[in-house]
Amino acid sequence: MTVQIRSSIRFLLNHRQVELSAVSAVQTLLDFLRLDRNLRGTKEGCAEGDCGACTVLVGRLLDGRLKYESVNACIRFVGSLDGCHIVTVDSLAVPGGPLHPVQQAMVDTHASQCGFCTPGFVMSLYGLWMENPKPSVTEIEKALQGNLCRCTGYAAIIRAAEAVSVIGDLDRDPLVAERATIIEKLETLKDGKRVEIGEGSERFLLPASVDDLAEIYEAEPKARIVAGSTDVGLWVTKFMRDIAPVVHLSHLDELRRINVDEADITFGAGVSYTESFPLIAKHFPQLIELWNRIGGQQVRNMGTIGGNIANGSPIGDTPPALIALGASVVLRKGKVSRTMLLESFFIEYGKQDRQPGEFVEAVRIPFLNENARYAVYKITKRLDEDISAVCGAFRLTFDGNGKVSNAVIAFGGMAGTPKRAEYAEAALTGADWTEASIEIAMEALGKDYTPLTDWRASADYRLLVAKNLLRRFYLETQGDEPVRLDRKQAV
Amino acid sequence: MNVMQPIDRIRGGVHENERHESGHKHVTGTAEYIDDIPEPAGTLHAYLGLSQRAHAEILSIDFDAVKSAPGVIGVLTADDIPGENDVSPAHKHDDPVFATGKVEFHGQPIFAVIAETRDAARRAAAKVNIEYRDLPHVTDVLEAAAANYPLVIDPLKLERGDIAAGFAKAKNILEGEMRIGGQDHFYLEGHISFAIPGEDDEILLYSSTQHPSETQHMVGQVLGVASNAVTINVRRMGGAFGGKETQANLFAAVAALAAKKYRCAVKIRPDRDDDMTATGKRHDFHVGYKVGFDDDGRIETVDATFSARCGFSADLSGPVTDRALFHADNCYFYPHVRLRSRPLKTNTVSNTAFRGFGGPQGMVGGERMIEDVAYALGKDPLEIRKLNFYGGEGRNLTPYHQTVEDNIIGRIIGELETSCDYAVRREAVLAFNRKSKIIKRGIALTPVKFGISFTKTEYNQAGALVHVYADGSIHLNHGGTEMGQGLYTKIAQVVADEFQVDLNRIKVTATTTGKVPNTSATAASSGTDLNGMAAANAAQQIKARLVSFAAERWNVSENDVAFEPNTVRVGAERIAFPEFIKIAYGSRIQLSAAGFYKTPKIHWNRAEGRGRPFFYYAYGASCSEVSVDTLTGEYQVDRTDVLHDVGKSLNPALDIGQVEGAFVQGMGWLTTEELWWDAKGRLRTHAPSTYKIPLASDRPRIFNVKLAEWSVNREETIRRSKAVGEPPFMLPISVLEAISMAAASVAEYRIAPRIDAPATPERVLLAIERLRRAARNG
Repeated sequence: MTVQIRSSIRFLLNHRQVELSAVSAVQTLLDFLRLDRNLRGTKEGCAEGDCGACTVLVGRLLDGRLKYESVNACIRFVGSLDGCHIVTVDSLAVPGGPLHPVQQAMVDTHASQCGFCTPGFVMSLYGLWMENPKPSVTEIEKALQGNLCRCTGYAAIIRAAEAVSVIGDLDRDPLVAERATIIEKLETLKDGKRVEIGEGSERFLLPASVDDLAEIYEAEPKARIVAGSTDVGLWVTKFMRDIAPVVHLSHLDELRRINVDEADITFGAGVSYTESFPLIAKHFPQLIELWNRIGGQQVRNMGTIGGNIANGSPIGDTPPALIALGASVVLRKGKVSRTMLLESFFIEYGKQDRQPGEFVEAVRIPFLNENARYAVYKITKRLDEDISAVCGAFRLTFDGNGKVSNAVIAFGGMAGTPKRAEYAEAALTGADWTEASIEIAMEALGKDYTPLTDWRASADYRLLVAKNLLRRFYLETQGDEPVRLDRKQAV
Repeated sequence: MNVMQPIDRIRGGVHENERHESGHKHVTGTAEYIDDIPEPAGTLHAYLGLSQRAHAEILSIDFDAVKSAPGVIGVLTADDIPGENDVSPAHKHDDPVFATGKVEFHGQPIFAVIAETRDAARRAAAKVNIEYRDLPHVTDVLEAAAANYPLVIDPLKLERGDIAAGFAKAKNILEGEMRIGGQDHFYLEGHISFAIPGEDDEILLYSSTQHPSETQHMVGQVLGVASNAVTINVRRMGGAFGGKETQANLFAAVAALAAKKYRCAVKIRPDRDDDMTATGKRHDFHVGYKVGFDDDGRIETVDATFSARCGFSADLSGPVTDRALFHADNCYFYPHVRLRSRPLKTNTVSNTAFRGFGGPQGMVGGERMIEDVAYALGKDPLEIRKLNFYGGEGRNLTPYHQTVEDNIIGRIIGELETSCDYAVRREAVLAFNRKSKIIKRGIALTPVKFGISFTKTEYNQAGALVHVYADGSIHLNHGGTEMGQGLYTKIAQVVADEFQVDLNRIKVTATTTGKVPNTSATAASSGTDLNGMAAANAAQQIKARLVSFAAERWNVSENDVAFEPNTVRVGAERIAFPEFIKIAYGSRIQLSAAGFYKTPKIHWNRAEGRGRPFFYYAYGASCSEVSVDTLTGEYQVDRTDVLHDVGKSLNPALDIGQVEGAFVQGMGWLTTEELWWDAKGRLRTHAPSTYKIPLASDRPRIFNVKLAEWSVNREETIRRSKAVGEPPFMLPISVLEAISMAAASVAEYRIAPRIDAPATPERVLLAIERLRRAARNG
């Protein structure tokens, strides 16, 4: 295979095209904006993708469609932005000119106090407005899960979000009105070439295709594959780790495909949580809440299911849920692909069944059997944008005569890897679906897991709540009485 | 001379919903924070090297790898300090800039690396090789007491009546204890300082500080130069909440040291994790209490000890623990009372000011006693509250012997109780809980009374500087700092009102020690009270000169000169303000004045625990209803109603913002914000990934916030307004107590639930389990 190589990246930054040939693998978008371009409207609050002060919009093309999404500039590598349009707060209003409707709404409703988080809120709300001009309060809250404000208590910001459409006309917004021109510009930046830049600790590559990725990675198995950088970004900003050479895959359209078959659905490794959401919600409504509580909006826009699996976290946002569904992972090395059950992929803490040069290419999730009942519960200290203390996923199949024919239970946060509860499953399999059986299975969970105490939860709480989640699952099959908080309560 | 038609009123005067003066800059990203200031060529960057041990002797430090790292210019240690290696605001000489010989908490600064870029300095700092010899360490309050750790500062005792006789008289006595967690400020803009060396010993600093004058003094002390050589500039902070009252001093001192040593501009900005590890927080408390009361729930006697995790040095722990005692009574009269503080040393970062300044911990302790009495008697806690409110013959004296003269809590509680339909909703909650097995609800209505004034009397002074330029534009400076609270807006409104000119005629510029000297920290909610009066005083001085000038020039009596909207009326004539000023300038009238204010009436004798530390009190109340999942301990706040007293508001829109913001911040403190130290004494919740402040979706699902519009400060404050920064922080005690009630339902409300703060889902579930066991065991 012959691949043409380009030694620069090209993107649009606000109203200008930028071409960079001297850029490091670990150059973050935030430092690039603030230090190299002196665009200081975008702020650094935490440098780990949790506060949203650095929120900017990134417009990405897929199949001729351009969508702007909020991202955390602090953990986004500049190298991943080839062919994108980056929009920062600095560009929304002309100096001395009128404010952008989102900005005007924020001023009118007294929605800024210290003002440091404000540019990030403005950008998140701008991203929301373009996708959803008249959002509900719940939708606003979802769009703002990745934005922390310490001053206002958020009430005024919600009022601002509701006022945007009253003040502004979306059709006249520059990014909407000039969409065709921007798409044209971005299309010309796509030349199908591999990008290779830098040496040593600065080196990074953008493969030209998935085949090219496979070839590069087989040749350089020590390279670091980066998809959304919502985890690897912190290796750089927090642990100052050397991660080069970096191989990006977020620009590969092939990996952003979703394939719905009769029996299952397959997500390319580059599909973000946001991109997967509509089909997840359609086929697995039980996963809607989990999906909505992964990171904040920015993290869901960047992060991928493939990356979530490949990084092998002991907690994992999606793995317990996917293991319980019997999902499998497609691994590829060179020209060879193999498929394995996701639960077998996780061997122990920090170790996965992945050969050198092998990468996660796709994730396949079988549809639920109609006799199966499935639920996922995520327990956190704070409702949104928090890592699970415990995440429990349950898939039970019933024989039609009040007995459990098959039980699959997986937990995150209870062991060194996302792990199935073999004893509890055994206790339930073949048992009557009764409170008595549940209590035996709850006890069995104590044999399945010996959780740790850390800052998210104590071992005692983890085990207790894991048991109670099984009870919750049971109670939800019995009658109408609410056994969960009504999160949809009117605001 | 123009003859003006009179207009009704100016735009942007007092009591108006004026927008934040920087709002349009916040939203466009053009509001300049210190890290946004363009750096002069050759600016260097400093980064701190922090202790990796909680308590240890430093045996040796090897800087070889640091110094040879790319971009490194040099390393600063205590040896590089020409003045004193100390930034103790308590003047206890216990707060070194750089530790020497030993370290006393994990995260204590030992050295700083100076490099060409921040990234280079930060990477190099991590390369140091320090040999430690570990010493035993203590991070917990009670462990510190058990290990006979010293107090960081003299404790306070407040005593009134006769404790022994009081308990003897009481029909019922209960004892209890409670742990109250600390809180990280989580200002969105972390600490930062930017120093530019000047001629001779001069230095200019941009510092994210709430206390420019103290920062000035501390930088002078560390450099060994007088205060007149040091200028501190603060245009705005990206949040502070008390976290930048003293904690900015160390960063300023390091930047200044490096700037003088290397003769170039130096900036220092820690990463968020280092900021949270190396700077102080709200004090964690343990409260031990004993309450005597009658069968109705009327309190006879209170004896309580408030032990605080102060960290390794005094910092502000003295006044913080004092203020805890000052608020342990909240709104309640205790006939016999003894309150004691125990400011304990621990091997943790030195805790510091945080919105409420110990008051919240004191008040939570006081409200816990009320709650316990209510559960002991099987009554609604609100009934116990009302029974014990200050008011009535001989029932107005606080434990510190100040008489409560401005009590309006009865009216506030009454109005809120009605407007939020408390009684009906409480019955509905009880009925719901009888039916619902898993989800339980709770409701609570709690009051707030918060004392306004610095308890350190000398801090209750302020200055301002007002210039009226010959074109009629007005330039305003005062000693307060803007951290988002809208201080600049309110003070400008006051000056606009004084001169009767539209607000846009007034420009407030960065607070600087060069313009207004000897300022107090912008803290204790006092910013507007103090600086507003000082600015008004400055404006009044100029106005007085203008009045006597006009009377003389136009030959009218001084009573016939009046500042009317955008005009000055002289006799029957109206002159446009700029025109009038031009004439005054031409007549050589001094158009600039320095204003001054000191709070009247207050005095405090700490040794005797007696005096009038507070000029007045601010009041408020909130009612919160929550749902709790008894399988997991998860909860949500379904509804909160707030009625809060800001006197006659200078700016209701900004005040509402303060109340809403304080509520949610206080709710975070009592619910999800948890500081967690591991066995090695390391704080492990040091970033937003692990330390969870409230999000938009955490705010109450229904959130009704109202100001008590009828309230007027009976004391002569600026336009009869009241301070608003801290008091509403304590409103969400209702959330904690509502969660408690939901938990208590599993034991039929017969057992006081006693959930420690923060009430994380874990603490709630474990409390529910404990209550269930206790109920089963009878």
